[in-house]
Amino acid sequence: MSSARREAGLLPARPDPARARERVLVGLALPALLLLGVVFVWPLLRLLSMSVADGSLAQFEKATLDELYVAVLWDSMEIAALVTVICLALAYPVAAWLVQAGRIGFLLGMFFLLLPFWTSVLVRTYAWMVLLGRNGVVNRTLRDWGWIEFPLPLLHNLTGVLIGIVHVMLPYMVFPIYAALLRIDPDLQRAAEGLGAPAWRSFLRIILPLSLPGVFAGCALVFVITLGFFITPALLGGGHVMMIAMLIEQQVREFLDWPFAAALATVLLAATLVIYAALSRLTGGQGHAAR
Amino acid sequence: MPRARRRGSAGRIALTVLAGLVFAFLMLPLLVVFPISVSSASYLQFPPPGFSWQWFQRYLDDPVWIEATIRSFKVAVLCTLLSMGLGVPLSFALVRSRLRAMRIADRLVAAPIIVPNIVISIAIYSLFARMQLIGEWYGIAVAHTILALPFVVILVSAGLRTFDEAQEQAAMGLGASWPVAVWRITLPQLRPSLISAAFLAFVTSFDELVIAMFLSGASMTLPKKMFDNIMLEIDPTIAAVSVLQILLATFCLGLATLFGRGLVPGAGRN
Amino acid sequence: MDLTVRGAVKRFGAVTALAGVDLDVAEGELLTILGPSGSGKTTLLKVVAGFEVPDEGSVQLGSVDVTLAPPRARDVGMVFQNYALFPHLTVAQNVAFPLEMRRVPKAERQSRVAEALALVELSGYEARLPRQLSGGQQQRVALARSIVFNPRLLLLDEPFGALDRKLREAMQLEVRRLQRRLKLTTLFITHDQEEALILSDRIAVMNAGRLEQVGTPSEVYARPATRFVADFVGESNLFDGIAGPDATAEVPGLGRLFLAAQAGTPGARVTLLLRPEALRIGGAADPLANRAAGQVVETVFLGLSVKLRIQPEGGPELLVRLPLRPSEPPPALEGEIVTVGFAPEDVHVIRQA
Repeated sequence: MSSARREAGLLPARPDPARARERVLVGLALPALLLLGVVFVWPLLRLLSMSVADGSLAQFEKATLDELYVAVLWDSMEIAALVTVICLALAYPVAAWLVQAGRIGFLLGMFFLLLPFWTSVLVRTYAWMVLLGRNGVVNRTLRDWGWIEFPLPLLHNLTGVLIGIVHVMLPYMVFPIYAALLRIDPDLQRAAEGLGAPAWRSFLRIILPLSLPGVFAGCALVFVITLGFFITPALLGGGHVMMIAMLIEQQVREFLDWPFAAALATVLLAATLVIYAALSRLTGGQGHAAR
Repeated sequence: MPRARRRGSAGRIALTVLAGLVFAFLMLPLLVVFPISVSSASYLQFPPPGFSWQWFQRYLDDPVWIEATIRSFKVAVLCTLLSMGLGVPLSFALVRSRLRAMRIADRLVAAPIIVPNIVISIAIYSLFARMQLIGEWYGIAVAHTILALPFVVILVSAGLRTFDEAQEQAAMGLGASWPVAVWRITLPQLRPSLISAAFLAFVTSFDELVIAMFLSGASMTLPKKMFDNIMLEIDPTIAAVSVLQILLATFCLGLATLFGRGLVPGAGRN
Repeated sequence: MDLTVRGAVKRFGAVTALAGVDLDVAEGELLTILGPSGSGKTTLLKVVAGFEVPDEGSVQLGSVDVTLAPPRARDVGMVFQNYALFPHLTVAQNVAFPLEMRRVPKAERQSRVAEALALVELSGYEARLPRQLSGGQQQRVALARSIVFNPRLLLLDEPFGALDRKLREAMQLEVRRLQRRLKLTTLFITHDQEEALILSDRIAVMNAGRLEQVGTPSEVYARPATRFVADFVGESNLFDGIAGPDATAEVPGLGRLFLAAQAGTPGARVTLLLRPEALRIGGAADPLANRAAGQVVETVFLGLSVKLRIQPEGGPELLVRLPLRPSEPPPALEGEIVTVGFAPEDVHVIRQA
């Protein structure tokens, strides 16, 4: 009865703590969302709109039909795919080892993974230049040991770029796989082996399928981040390897061609989001970075 | 049974060898800069012909290097303060709100991890150029906050999700207002996550190059100065700076490991 | 009255958690809200504590209307289900927390914390952290923390659920002793009817957002107001029947039963309650007015008593509980045919709405 009177405006509405709480929470989120809006969403939309500023799709035609630019886009995809495959091959054993490692081994392994992760990409890229150059540490050592006569071409080509990017992306692949393996009940494998399955078989039938969400999450992350790489290919490629991010930078810095840079950025962004969404779907919706 | 065990241990040794090789690959570039940084040669030479502190000396004596270093510190500190000040309250909202809009916000915050840095960089560059913010150190800090925010939110949210909210209710039942309950009861228990998040935000900003390349203009940050040096002349000063950066990263990682938590999913098991 | 709830209604979307609750708790009284999960007892507790505001109705503490007041303005001490001790604070800091929030001077704070810890027999544990305590000790800290500021009302939300049986019984008696000694007005929430019978001055049985009956433990046990109460509190034999003339009732399968008083107008539908311990078998049943013959389907030995399930031919199964002395042989064997009987005054009549 009193609620009817309240609805009729005769009684003041009672405060609802649940609603008040939501209001406070929205208030807490607001400053950060505002910053994201002003410094992330708004500039992105502005940039995307520049690509069609002249009212036509001419810039997109140039970006997606001109052989020169299409080649760069394909090269970038190819590099991203190669990096993903190499990272997966290297990261899976590491993740598997970490899961079964003792306390000290685990801490040491984490240190080896996290220290490079926390060290500047620039420092690492520089170090690879020192290592891989014509007279670099690797070639010198191999020559001193008499294994090679002429220096191997490791720098200023695809090999160097791949080595550099794999080094940066490896932790991004290890952590999701490690997390997935950790969630698997160790009793499962023991049970399988207890039932007479050989180790490799219980791995193929039980461990591998159960770790697939982690594998897909890692692959999605590595592929997509590699696609937008800039520093490493710029320094280790020595001008012989061109990726789409470098192309965008060139358009902005050298040619001041903002509409075309914007079109390329739009293509890169769209490719990134589509591929990530597709790969995340495979993980069953848990595609977020480190969750 | 013994056969199975033997095979198991052989597989284990193979696994350990493989993992060891990958760890060696990961550590190699970090270790190689140490000998070069104390080389007596005047150009890049390996192995170094002799020992000398000259490259560290040159770094310390060069005002351009020092200014860039100080600028990077200022940027990273402001970025840390901003991303913590905004990210921690945001995490409360993302974890606790039941509004559907918050799930969209959750995606939005994580987006800068996926969106290519080059795209973020030129987008902000174009806007900041318009606002005449190029060359301002705080402009870089604000832009870096976009990159650091996802890390802060991921770490703090993970901590918050394991926190028993009944404790906050208990504190309020015992006479605390909500802000006091959060300050006295919730945040102290989130401290490990907060420490890890702060260090990660700092390092993210301190090492960042692509955004800084576009926004720093004539007043360079440390990564920008290093990039220019690598492009122009590879002299071992870079090695000395690299060594200092690796030591800083080790220091931050060490502190975050000692007092922090949740850097890696499942790492809390020890 | 120390706590007065009037016409409390609370809805969550389409679910009505409280459908108009009236409740009075007298000063120094321990009143238990007893109900199954989903009955609305936790919502009632939250409304009293101030974590929820009722859609309708009011909550009064003493003469003050606190319906809209936040928890911190209510002067209510609460012990949570899992204690909700602050793990990063010591025992003393935990207990001092409500005093600190009330800006009690430091010297007084210390003496009052010491006093409260002495009351729960935890003196000397001041510097420990909660995780260094046993479950029972944690419970005592939670109790000390909720009474240290002399609250007007103490709320206990299923506080014994996490303890094992022996410790639970010890803690129940200790809480009862403390509550009596300090004359604390207490509202106790539980789904455990045994616990409610042991601890309470009065019990309010809750079901589907309503209070079905409020009364002393013996009233609620012996004279339940509704079928739900009869079923939920204690073990029972419940029969549906029709009231007859001259203090009788007709129950299908048992025939005409003699009652102590007229059950209602002849022809009215009634429910009859018969507690298992009111039944007798064999020779002991012979002098009783109501008798039936049945086969013993099952006997369960319970230590001090034995429980029998007896199936009269064509009638409802009867649950019988007989006291047992250690030297005695079991009163009946499974498969045996026995006579069951009960006195008219042991049949409680629940009138159906």
